[in-house]
Amino acid sequence: MIPESFDYQRASSVSEAISLLQKHGEDAKILAGGHSLVPTMKLRLATPGTLIDIGGISELKYINDKGDYLAIGARATHWDIESSDLVAQKAPALSQAAGQIGDVQVRNRGTIGGVLAHSDPQADYPGVVLALNATIVVQGSRGERTIAVSDYFTGLWETALGEDELLTEVRIPTDRANANSCYLKFPQPASRYPFVGCAVAMDSSAGNCSDVRIGFSGVGETAFRDSGVEDALRGNTLNESAIASASAKAADARSVLSDVFVSEEYRRAMAKVYLKRALTKLT
Amino acid sequence: MGDLIGKSVKRVEDNRFLKGEGKYTDDFNMPNQTFAVYLRSPHAHANLVSVDISAAKAMDGVITVFTGKDIKDAGIVGSICGWQVDFKNGDTMKEPGHPILAFDKVRHVGDAVALVIAEDFGTAVDAASAVEVNYEVLDAIVDPKAAVQDGAPQVHDDVPNNTIFDWELGNKEETDAAFENAHHITELSYHNQKIVPNAIEPRAALAHFDSNDDKYTLYTTSQNPHLARLIIAAFVLSIPEHKLRVIAPDVGGGFGSKIFTYNDECGVLWASKQIGRPVKWTADRTEAFLTDCHGRDHVTDAKLALDAEGNITGLRTKTYASLGAYLSNFSTCIPTWLHGTLMQGLYTTPAVHVDVTGVVTNTVPVDAVRGAGRPEASFCVERLVETAAREIGMDPAEFRLKNFIPPFDGVEQEGYQTQVALQYDSGNYEGALKKVLKNANYEKLKEERAAARSDGKLMGIGFSTYVEACGIAPSAVVGSLGARVGLYDAASIRVHPTGKVTIFVGAHSHGQGHETTFAQIVADSFGIGMDDVNVLHGDTENVPFGMGTYGSRSLAVCGSAIMKSVDKVKEKGARIAAHKLECSPEDLEFANGSWNVKGTEKSVGFGDVALTAYVPHDYPENEEPGLDFASFYDPTNFVYPFGAHICVVEIDKDTGEVKIVRYIAVDDAGNIINPMIAEGQVHGGIAHGIGQALYEGALYDDSGQLLNASMLDYCIPRADNMPFFETDHTITPCPHNPLGVKGIGEAGTIASTPAVVNAVMDALTDYGVKDLQMPLTPQRVWTAMQQAK
Ligand SMILES: Cc1cc2nc3c(=O)[nH]c(=O)nc-3n(C[C@H](O)[C@H](O)[C@H](O)COP(=O)(O)OP(=O)(O)OC[C@H]3O[C@@H](n4cnc5c(N)ncnc54)[C@H](O)[C@@H]3O)c2cc1C
Repeated sequence: MIPESFDYQRASSVSEAISLLQKHGEDAKILAGGHSLVPTMKLRLATPGTLIDIGGISELKYINDKGDYLAIGARATHWDIESSDLVAQKAPALSQAAGQIGDVQVRNRGTIGGVLAHSDPQADYPGVVLALNATIVVQGSRGERTIAVSDYFTGLWETALGEDELLTEVRIPTDRANANSCYLKFPQPASRYPFVGCAVAMDSSAGNCSDVRIGFSGVGETAFRDSGVEDALRGNTLNESAIASASAKAADARSVLSDVFVSEEYRRAMAKVYLKRALTKLT
Repeated sequence: MGDLIGKSVKRVEDNRFLKGEGKYTDDFNMPNQTFAVYLRSPHAHANLVSVDISAAKAMDGVITVFTGKDIKDAGIVGSICGWQVDFKNGDTMKEPGHPILAFDKVRHVGDAVALVIAEDFGTAVDAASAVEVNYEVLDAIVDPKAAVQDGAPQVHDDVPNNTIFDWELGNKEETDAAFENAHHITELSYHNQKIVPNAIEPRAALAHFDSNDDKYTLYTTSQNPHLARLIIAAFVLSIPEHKLRVIAPDVGGGFGSKIFTYNDECGVLWASKQIGRPVKWTADRTEAFLTDCHGRDHVTDAKLALDAEGNITGLRTKTYASLGAYLSNFSTCIPTWLHGTLMQGLYTTPAVHVDVTGVVTNTVPVDAVRGAGRPEASFCVERLVETAAREIGMDPAEFRLKNFIPPFDGVEQEGYQTQVALQYDSGNYEGALKKVLKNANYEKLKEERAAARSDGKLMGIGFSTYVEACGIAPSAVVGSLGARVGLYDAASIRVHPTGKVTIFVGAHSHGQGHETTFAQIVADSFGIGMDDVNVLHGDTENVPFGMGTYGSRSLAVCGSAIMKSVDKVKEKGARIAAHKLECSPEDLEFANGSWNVKGTEKSVGFGDVALTAYVPHDYPENEEPGLDFASFYDPTNFVYPFGAHICVVEIDKDTGEVKIVRYIAVDDAGNIINPMIAEGQVHGGIAHGIGQALYEGALYDDSGQLLNASMLDYCIPRADNMPFFETDHTITPCPHNPLGVKGIGEAGTIASTPAVVNAVMDALTDYGVKDLQMPLTPQRVWTAMQQAK
């Protein structure tokens, strides 16, 4: 198919993008990698009047070590993330997630900013950034603000990002747990998006589990942290029986997606299986 | 023959394909061209209350909008059914019409309602969404078995109980008796699910009417341009046949879906005359899902009878076959003559009875998809056989060997007459099975399975042995069975003055590699190089009337036509050579590219003879100049490839995921011209069948919506789903065609689906799971294991 006709603007800086957003209001959409937006436009599910292409804003494409955290620019592609030694070291879960997104073409175009702004319940990153306790940095006409990731995903396809705001950076704390993290994915066979994506970040350097964060993608209406499981693990030694009893609780208190391919029952059961595998991987 | 036949010559056509320089229908453009878009029904079943095109027509850049009424008023009916299958009681098959644009009712999601033509594609899409259609939505029927019940929604007013025909084959009384006397009966009831063909290139058409000479040209995605021309000219649009040229250039896959003449292509051809400008139409992927004919969709009860010694004594099936909302060209013969006739499989089964009811439903029309009827048959027979062996506690390989038809070569031993109409030409079924057992190291495999099971792992071994009928088909035979066409093919060979050769073939290559295989045959026959031969196909103005490519027929049928022309060239060439050598043609033999006088050193080369034929200064009396021959070949029988496949799976106990760990195949397609191309066909075929077993299937809800009409939702297997294929072959030549060849394009698909399902059922033995609905998704397998716990 072919999209409805639209205007195309190319921003060369963050401030220009923001003023274009302000100028065109609701009718405008940011274009990053285009790998979620363009397909929906072709199916005419999205019909923006103006596209503001941020593909030329080089100031948004970086991965930097800031000491306490990794700063990842919104335009860092999945490939940038997948191939970064820094990410592999400080946040292996993110690196593993990036490497499992789509195919090479998708990873070369798609960006972390695009995924998080789009907030597809089936995307890989959301559960990962929750588990990594990230901070989302956004800029708008009223300047810059930071959003704790726990406040960021507000509902199905909804985020705390304001209409005239640009997502500019994702900050991943460089703590012990994040350095000891992993991401496992059970892909829907056709789309290869996860119907269960499980990210675990855990500090068990002192023998027992002192800091543990678990995020699920694809399971619920939005990605979520599974505090029930985290509570069950915290303070315990990570042995087989602890893993078994904790992972049996996965997604328990949650409403779980169900569709023509995967029932709620199966999805919930697979959340448990994948959590168990992820925890086992970290022992 | 020279040394090219039997060699894995690299594919000539890949030069352009690998560089992305193939030329497909959508790559062609014409001056002053317009763009067409079909507006399609979002409902599976609805009355058309009104279609308001005024807003769309008034848009800038819109040339015109046609509705069903326009086409009806022009007296045009839609595409036709090419095979008549009557009711058991002799009543004529029901043949509901298929209008190009619906005018009273829509009958499946995707049914065309309006045709919008604009200056550019984007405007046409915009205008299509500006057409206002008022639908009165009706209840829909999707399940073919439910469709025949009283009270089911009626798809066509003139088709009571949605029944197009009912049909049977075999001996009912003897089969009933076999079941009465059976020692053991194995039963299966299943839905051989509807699958979507998904050729990578969607259908497209570029149509032009030239008023200067009243001539139509249609570029289109067809597997058989001559058949398309015949159907369009003689049946759909009433165009004098010589005034229609159909060109099927490079075609990006078909899997059967591009055999048929669809209404969409006819519509743009008609429109091009109405507006006096060329019209281009290219389907998008959603349209491909909603309008390319689907395959399979059989709801079947099947039974196998055994005696106390484990001999198969009878087989009985009852199938409700969905034909979709309208009858596509060959929809009626697929579940009948291409399905029921294979129900004896490779076994000596003395009594077989097949009963099929052909049914319309509110779904995309169903017709041939790779294998077409034969995969449904082999699935039925091989699932029954394997299940029976397991039930009586016999090794499935041993059970097959016990029941196989003994080897016959069709020369010393006669062909094998089955209970269901066919006479198999040659076969050595135990040869193939024994070879695959050896290649798989079956004894060791069984030990591995035992070890895996004692480790608590789920490993399964599944078999599938098949015989199929392809090389379609002897015209008189299919005519007597209801076909409204002949199924010969044609090839002409034009030897140029310099000894270079062009061959013009009726077969159509859309992935099969004809430009290579056919050139190998001809180059070898004349002792010239591959580079000296060019293969042309796909243009009705250039090639002789052939029936195209499907049913694994190109080599067996068109290849035979090529050989007939080769013989004619050689015969005439010998007369010219004899004249030059001052001997008689009988004194000559042709070898290494020249005619040689037997027992002497005297010879004259192929090139010399060619030149002489076109510069006939010193020339035999009464001989015409030139070296150019056309031949038609009508086969005397189908060809019957066969083989034996073994699939080994592991199932993840936690998730139910099936992983194919080994796949070992032995196929016998008679003589092989190009082993690499043949193996490629086997790979693709197996992958296709694995797709049906594990991943694919059209998902309809009760309202008739196709829920997975996109690549995001419909799973086609990818390379990483596939095991390493361990392929091999035996060679049992076809006794009745000149090259001794059978067909290999569909064999893998026919074989692999039951092999995979049998392997999964074997792995689930301990859970007592006997059968599961395809595709065997992780969730289905997991759920079955949970329920068995
Ligand atoms: C074939 C295919 C397979 C895929 N497989 C997967 C998969 O397995 N897992 C997965 O998670 N994803 C998958 N994706 C999606 C892919 O990851 C996309 O790249 C991603 O969802 C969006 O990123 P993008 O840069 O392309 O954003 P775009 O498509 O350009 O934009 C998406 C949305 O975000 C907005 N946006 C983008 N950037 C910003 C910003 N900086 N600030 C504010 N708003 C912004 C846009 O306005 C738009 O609404 C797949 C996509 C394709 C085409």
